[in-house]
Amino acid sequence: MAIEGTFEPVIEVEGLRTQFGDNIIHDNLDLVVRRNEIIGVVGGSGTGKSVLMRAIIGLKRPSAGTVRIFGENFYEKTPREQIEIERRWGVMFQGGALFSSLTVAQNVMAPINEHLKLPRGLAADIAAMKISMSGLPPDAGAKFPSELSGGMNKRAGLARALALDPEIVFLDEPTAGLDPIGAEKFDRLIVSLKESLGLTVFMVTHDLDTLHATCDRVAVLAEKRVIAIGALDEVRRSDHPWIQEYFSGPRGRAALSAKAIDGGPAEKD
Amino acid sequence: MQPAAYTVDVKDGLLRLVATGDWLARHLGPLDADLRNLEDDSVGRELIIDISNIGRIDTAGAMVLERVLQSCDRRTDLSKIVGATAAHQKLLQDVRPHLAPCEVEPAHRNAFLMMTNRLGKGVLEGYYVAIEILNFIGLTLTTLLRVLQDPKRLRVTSIVYHMEEAGIDAMPIVGLMSFMIGAVVAFMGAKILRLFNAEVFTVELVGISVLREFGVLLAAILVAGRSGSAFTASIGTMKIREEIDALRALGLDPIEVLVLPRTIALVVFMPILAFMAAIVGVIGGGVVAAAAMEISPAFFVGRLQETIAMSNFWVGLIKAPFFAFVIAIIGCYQGMEVEGSAESLGQRTTLSVVQSLFVVIILDAFFAMFFLEIDF
Repeated sequence: MAIEGTFEPVIEVEGLRTQFGDNIIHDNLDLVVRRNEIIGVVGGSGTGKSVLMRAIIGLKRPSAGTVRIFGENFYEKTPREQIEIERRWGVMFQGGALFSSLTVAQNVMAPINEHLKLPRGLAADIAAMKISMSGLPPDAGAKFPSELSGGMNKRAGLARALALDPEIVFLDEPTAGLDPIGAEKFDRLIVSLKESLGLTVFMVTHDLDTLHATCDRVAVLAEKRVIAIGALDEVRRSDHPWIQEYFSGPRGRAALSAKAIDGGPAEKD
Repeated sequence: MQPAAYTVDVKDGLLRLVATGDWLARHLGPLDADLRNLEDDSVGRELIIDISNIGRIDTAGAMVLERVLQSCDRRTDLSKIVGATAAHQKLLQDVRPHLAPCEVEPAHRNAFLMMTNRLGKGVLEGYYVAIEILNFIGLTLTTLLRVLQDPKRLRVTSIVYHMEEAGIDAMPIVGLMSFMIGAVVAFMGAKILRLFNAEVFTVELVGISVLREFGVLLAAILVAGRSGSAFTASIGTMKIREEIDALRALGLDPIEVLVLPRTIALVVFMPILAFMAAIVGVIGGGVVAAAAMEISPAFFVGRLQETIAMSNFWVGLIKAPFFAFVIAIIGCYQGMEVEGSAESLGQRTTLSVVQSLFVVIILDAFFAMFFLEIDF
């Protein structure tokens, strides 16, 4: 962590408070996401992981604090400027959130057609490339979301999120509901896309294996704020009871011991 | 920031493309057509792409460059991209395996064939739906018979709940609508009948039309829109969340638990709604008669008793439970047919309202003919 100062922050959350009515979800929450890292946000159910993501991407206005993305405060911008900022990130929602009346290729082309004036053929070529990069077979392009499995829907959602070559990709529970093989492929896909496209990835997840396989840093949400952030090994050493329970429970241990083979810290069983 | 541009020259049969500017997706639009022409021309020739003067590049730019390169016939390794920095090289490499185009839309078929296909499908579907609804009616009635043998299995709480939900809660709106319709009929009737100096016949007009048709029909239309759709939505939601399967797995009969209480509640309560609608409709007519014409309430009631046969009232009421039955059955049937997605739920809810209104009006026409024939 000695070289922390050299990292360029792309998302800066300061003193964030979000609430629904009287129900406060976050209070005085700080978080910095650096360029070209994969950050995993974990936390128990109801700690507001998805709400945090929605606050960052402009879907849930904070009641206090600031959210800066690319150094700009999204909520203070005019609608036109907001669109310019929105073009620079891509979001994959939990179920893929594909438009059900469009085919997969049309879904991926939707943001391209909306934001860029490109000839149809070129837009289709770009869409085909993104679909292929997301690990879908070429014949998936002409299919409707209802004809695809859950995993394929997620991949298509990722393809759409990548359509405009975003700088940041937000992933909400990318591996939830996938079988272990599909989830592992998805993990590898995310890492390889991060490396080849220079992406910053903001990932909300429950999946310990995904956390191990992909994340550069992990942020733990509890008590309405980020209670720990850092590389996985550092975060694990925290003595906060929730963190201990999360990483040292049977599932956490199993995922860690799988990692230990790769030279990670060994677990005593 | 410089938009993407390029120049091409030919030297010793060797094409040389020099790219400059930022090759980002947003700049590529104007270049695409020319580049595709170049691709067609460069088949069978060698092509060198020089990107040493290029600014920024994204995946779309890299893809286009790779696409141009791959379009030429590469029997020798002369064709290549030169001048790439390490970062460009990596991006080009990452894009290379993903160049294959894919279909955007499902294959188109002959429009005429598709039209006839849809027509045929529609006709067949109408037939199957009719059969299935008859089936569902049979299933509900046999379940009813079975439950009646052991009346403890009749779910009284549920029936009462649905009576409140679908019946009592609908009373204000049904009453209001009926009052309005009665008033409108009286008003329009009076205006025309005045031409013949026959204003008093407004009483007959309102009495017969509201008691015989409008009261019960209005009640049925509102109940179909309010409760038939609610039945479909609630049962459909249960279907999506696998609650119906859970019922079956627990040894409970969804028809007995869900369909029967709703049907019974509606069949029992609809005559009450129809009765109220008829009375309020007549009152509406009476109010207009008193306010806009010289027909006093006392005269209105007196003439009503004198000239309107009781049978008009009974005809209205007799129809009510039949309408209620088809509305409940179609609402529940469509709910049971919901599959998987929220989209299907929406479609089924719409279908439920459309079909029950359709059947209600058809039934009403049959009743009209029937009562006409038997002179009731």
